[in-house]
Amino acid sequence: MGVGIQVENLNAWYGTTQALHDIRLTMEANHATALIGPSGCGKSTFIRCLNRMHETTPGARVEGNVKIGQLDAYDGISPTLLRRRIGMVFQKPNPFPTMSIYDNVAAGLKLNGFNNRKEMDQIVERSLSSSALWEEVKDSIHKKSGASLSGGQQQRLCIARALAVEPEVLLMDEPCSALDPISTGKIEELIFQLKTQYTIVIVTHNMQQAARVAEYTGFFLLGRMVEFDKTEKIFTNPSDKRTEDYITGRFG
Amino acid sequence: MRTRFQQGLDELREKLLRMGGLAEQAVERACRGYLDRDLARCQMVLEGETLINICEREIDELAFDLLAMQQPMAGDLRFILAVTKINADLERVGDQAVNIAERVMDMVSLPAVDLPVDIARMSAAVSAMVRRSLESFIDAKAELAQAVLEMDNVVDRMRDEAFIVLVKTMNEHPEHTRQALDALLVARNLERVADHATNIAEDVIFWVRGADVRHNVPQVGEGQGSSGETRSTAADPH
Amino acid sequence: MPEQRKQLEISLWRRLKDHCATLFAIATVVLVLAPLIAIFGYLLFKGIGSINLAFLTQTPKPPGEIGGGMANAIAGSVLILAIASLIGVPLGIGAGIYLSEFGRNRFGDTIRFVSDVLNGVPSIVIGIVAYALVVLRQKHFSALAGGVALAIMMIPTITRTTEEMLLLVPGALREAAYGLGVPRWRTTLSIVLRTATSGVITGVMLAFARVAGETAPLLFTAFGNQFWNWKLNEPTAALPLQIFTYAISPYDDWHRQAWAGALVLIILIVGAVAAVRVAVRHGTLGGAA
Repeated sequence: MGVGIQVENLNAWYGTTQALHDIRLTMEANHATALIGPSGCGKSTFIRCLNRMHETTPGARVEGNVKIGQLDAYDGISPTLLRRRIGMVFQKPNPFPTMSIYDNVAAGLKLNGFNNRKEMDQIVERSLSSSALWEEVKDSIHKKSGASLSGGQQQRLCIARALAVEPEVLLMDEPCSALDPISTGKIEELIFQLKTQYTIVIVTHNMQQAARVAEYTGFFLLGRMVEFDKTEKIFTNPSDKRTEDYITGRFG
Repeated sequence: MRTRFQQGLDELREKLLRMGGLAEQAVERACRGYLDRDLARCQMVLEGETLINICEREIDELAFDLLAMQQPMAGDLRFILAVTKINADLERVGDQAVNIAERVMDMVSLPAVDLPVDIARMSAAVSAMVRRSLESFIDAKAELAQAVLEMDNVVDRMRDEAFIVLVKTMNEHPEHTRQALDALLVARNLERVADHATNIAEDVIFWVRGADVRHNVPQVGEGQGSSGETRSTAADPH
Repeated sequence: MPEQRKQLEISLWRRLKDHCATLFAIATVVLVLAPLIAIFGYLLFKGIGSINLAFLTQTPKPPGEIGGGMANAIAGSVLILAIASLIGVPLGIGAGIYLSEFGRNRFGDTIRFVSDVLNGVPSIVIGIVAYALVVLRQKHFSALAGGVALAIMMIPTITRTTEEMLLLVPGALREAAYGLGVPRWRTTLSIVLRTATSGVITGVMLAFARVAGETAPLLFTAFGNQFWNWKLNEPTAALPLQIFTYAISPYDDWHRQAWAGALVLIILIVGAVAAVRVAVRHGTLGGAA
């Protein structure tokens, strides 16, 4: 089951440059929230603050309050443990090339000390089924390496890998940017089904995708959140002129 | 940004305004034809109908194209949808003008009778409604559109009065029945034109404010955005 | 008409240039490979006749006597190289990991500089250093000292190659691991190092092949031995040493054996590298990088 996410007064820096200003946002459990905005507006930085990946960049700093369910992300839990509760899928599919499909999916478990072979088999099958990849690869999960799949399959593999550790939240940073329309369609279908079990936050450049997939949409601009509302409101009648300008392509 | 799209939107606006002009003119001509018993004018109305129909098709095609190819959103999307609806209403207005013209052609073959019904006043009010609804579109001003909605009640009342008066006439002077009927039908056509003008106004409000005020009693200030603000970016005249 | 001819001429000239460049490239390859093939061929020619069972299983006979072999030298080389690898490979890889993960600073630059300098130090000087460090302390020559000397020579190469290979691993893989909640140290070992394995092994093999044939550092560390020795703390024979000793000796039989020894040395090195390559490829999955 997914949990809600609450963000208050979030500020983030890269060295001396401030990337996020006073972000305040609530994302509902078991819903998909899309974050849109022009390049460099801070939406990727924002989701990386949710699972404390922002800190892995040298010189990066975060201040503010992020609550994942009941858990305070920045107080009382180590980043590593936090990230085990939050799954992340990146823009360019990044399966581990030296590992088999099976090992890729199980990586999150194996590398964190999980050992039970039988349970692992079940978890791997379940995760691959959840990401609509099982039927395509079930005969070669031990033989083929993660990198030998097509782009769309690789991304689904990464999704399965993220799901295997049973996170409560799934963060997706432009997951379909590098994929063709058919693979994109499959993954959007997937997101639709995953919503019932996880809370999904998806960053996307593609407004039509946000419109198709998410119940809520937030518009980011220059490190601030300009508007956050139900997706249909944002795309049919946004309240802020900046949002309207971006959506109708009259930006810049 | 998006020049081709903007050009498409501008073209759509131009075409719709042209059509609006044709429809407005048709109504004026038909009414003048009735008041002056002028057959020539009525003929012009009948001939102008073809052009209105052509315009309707062009506008629908262009709007369809823009929807399919340009993925319009928010204000642009509301604009294009509003244009397609206003398009249909304007074509109907053209049809009603033709109906009036046909009534006049029948009426002119009969002797003139002085009827106690003020078609002139009614036609002035209706023409004003059409004009104002088109102005509200040109200027993207929701208050103008709002005013049109309020005038509809007035015209409805005029039509009801005309009905009562003309029925009385037909009872008291059965030899004037045909003329009275013609007048009644003209009044009804005018009232339909007023309805279409009201629809146009509602569509403008939908476009400008993003609020659907159809079938409601409209209130001033309803919907998002402050009244007096013109927020729509599509085909912005300013 | 003249224009067409001009076009034809130009394209002819360009094709000619293209062919010349290709020929030049092939010629340089031939030039580079030729000495290698020549050496190998000559070694084969001179040494193959002397490789026989006796050569491979017997220890040297006293000077002047015919026969005997370099068995102990072969064994000694194996021993010394094993010691060198046990010391050098972990230290080199460890230093490489440190430099790639934490070395983007002045300290890291200093280490790199020192490593490059060490790489350039003449092998005989390294032999002297090992002599001072180990032999003088222990008061006798030993295989251990030889191993230490060779290890010192292996480390810079391994360090630099490991660092380069680890840096080549795309950051996206590290991010994927962090995203799964894998701690940094585990990411470095299980993901980054694992992905760079083939490159790292190449580096190790390069270093290994280089030190396998070094003679100077062994001169006053392992020192050589006429007899079998498996003890770490005693002088040990080594192939390069033995070849050296035999080659400068006045005995023809020893000369003959020196050629054989050289051939065996080359075969052993090439064999070791090939074996490792096969093993790595065998362990890699279908379709993996």
